[in-house]
Amino acid sequence: MDFLKDPVAFIAKVLSDLLAAFLPAPVVSVLLLIVGVVVVASFSLVLPLFLIWFERRVVGYMQDRLGPNRVGPEGLLQTIADAIKLMIKEDITPYGADKVVYNISPVLAVIAVISMWAVVPFAHNIIGTDLNVGALYIVSVGSLGTLAIMLGGWASNNKYALLGAFRTVAQLVSYEVPMILSLLVPVLLARSMGLNDIVKAQDVWFIFLAPVAAFIFFTTSVAEVGRTPFDLLEAESEIVAGFHIEYSGMKFGMFFVAEFLHAFTVGALTAVLFLGGWRGPGAETYPLLGVVYFMIKAFGGYFFVILMRAALPRIRIDHMLDLNWKFLTPLALGAIVVIALADKAMEPWLQTLQPGIAPWARGGVLLLANLLLVLVTYLLLSNSARRMRRAAERGASGGDGAGHHDEHHEEAPAAPAHGEAHTAPAH
Amino acid sequence: MLDNWTFIGLFLLMAAIFPGVPIILQSLILGPKKSNPVKNSVYECGIETVGDTWVQFKVQYYIFALVFVVFDVETVFLFPFAVAFNAVSLFAVFEVTLFILILVAGLVYVWRKGALEWV
Repeated sequence: MDFLKDPVAFIAKVLSDLLAAFLPAPVVSVLLLIVGVVVVASFSLVLPLFLIWFERRVVGYMQDRLGPNRVGPEGLLQTIADAIKLMIKEDITPYGADKVVYNISPVLAVIAVISMWAVVPFAHNIIGTDLNVGALYIVSVGSLGTLAIMLGGWASNNKYALLGAFRTVAQLVSYEVPMILSLLVPVLLARSMGLNDIVKAQDVWFIFLAPVAAFIFFTTSVAEVGRTPFDLLEAESEIVAGFHIEYSGMKFGMFFVAEFLHAFTVGALTAVLFLGGWRGPGAETYPLLGVVYFMIKAFGGYFFVILMRAALPRIRIDHMLDLNWKFLTPLALGAIVVIALADKAMEPWLQTLQPGIAPWARGGVLLLANLLLVLVTYLLLSNSARRMRRAAERGASGGDGAGHHDEHHEEAPAAPAHGEAHTAPAH
Repeated sequence: MLDNWTFIGLFLLMAAIFPGVPIILQSLILGPKKSNPVKNSVYECGIETVGDTWVQFKVQYYIFALVFVVFDVETVFLFPFAVAFNAVSLFAVFEVTLFILILVAGLVYVWRKGALEWV
């Protein structure tokens, strides 16, 4: 067993040989499992210490200032100093708060994010556990985070926090629909829900096969994190800090850790589902190289999330809901239909081609189908924007089903933007 | 397979312990304990809080949650179809398209009813 070929199995063998001298075999296998759990879980909990520093530096440079650079080399130890400060703060539970729910909520927020990392593949044989329902598992534990924010806001006995919890219901819950729908597309293309199988199926990266789904997944995932431009649930300038206004010390710190790790998880999941995960030259033979590729792609996605945060203003709540229900959801449904039909219809044709060309031919056809979908969407959107502009010019009179004409800007998406024009409702 | 779920179970346990320990450490051991009624009062923008916090809220939020439930449940039905995609025929894909069109019809209904408008 070579360390470079299969590092996990190599270390497991060394450890089990070492332990077999003292302990019976079943105990050793359980211990190895626990070691694996502790390694993956502590990796995902230590990572935010670096992420928080990274984000503060990047946002600092975006705003023409330096960011933390005093504690340790380049300010790397700043986050640890902050954690120590939070640890020696007084723990305050506000008067009248629901104590049990109030205390569970920050823990639940972290559980939701860390447990996603149990199924993320770092390389073809470095993975927590290769669950065959990985995609569904990600969705189900990910939605626990929504619950944590809702519970925290409700239990704080504070009106700002309650408003934050309300907005959570409107935003996080709504954006989960297109996120799950767009997650269906890589599952459809790979014919498997296991994340490692999805990566292995990406001879051509899925972002080229399904750019629409990739766009929807990334946007809605950022909304799920509650990052700018979708940070309505904490909106410092409107509801002070939203759901975590009453939290102090380490409980606040845990919400903070959960948010940063979730933002990085968005980058990692986008890398796994659409950017080929650990795939790259030489990654099959040397898994550690695969880890490097995966980390580069994940940090690329995370960097993009930070850029969005630094560059974009907060979106208004009615625009936010319109964007989700009237644009992203119909578009996601359209993307599923287009990809399923195109992929199935060209199957007989692909079998006549040479095996070397077939994946590229499939990629080309699917890309064309997606571009067609984008074109139809664009035509529908510009059409409805023109209609709304005309209605606004005529003055706000005779409100039909659409309503609020005077409030919509022209870029506000209000068109049913899926592939089949005949299902579009007429206003 | 059982190994996978044992791993997940242990992982969830570990994911609860890791954030739990620092919180308990801070609130029971490291942090000072000098609470008083003013410190424990609820945050408000400069004045005393008026009335109850847990009040009736807008039905709009509830409607969005309801629409979500409908979509979420129906979406989960699509996942088995995606996994078995190699085995299904073109006709079955048309049937699934029909299923999605029923979903779209639900969306159009909610839309026309005005439930998606923020009022």
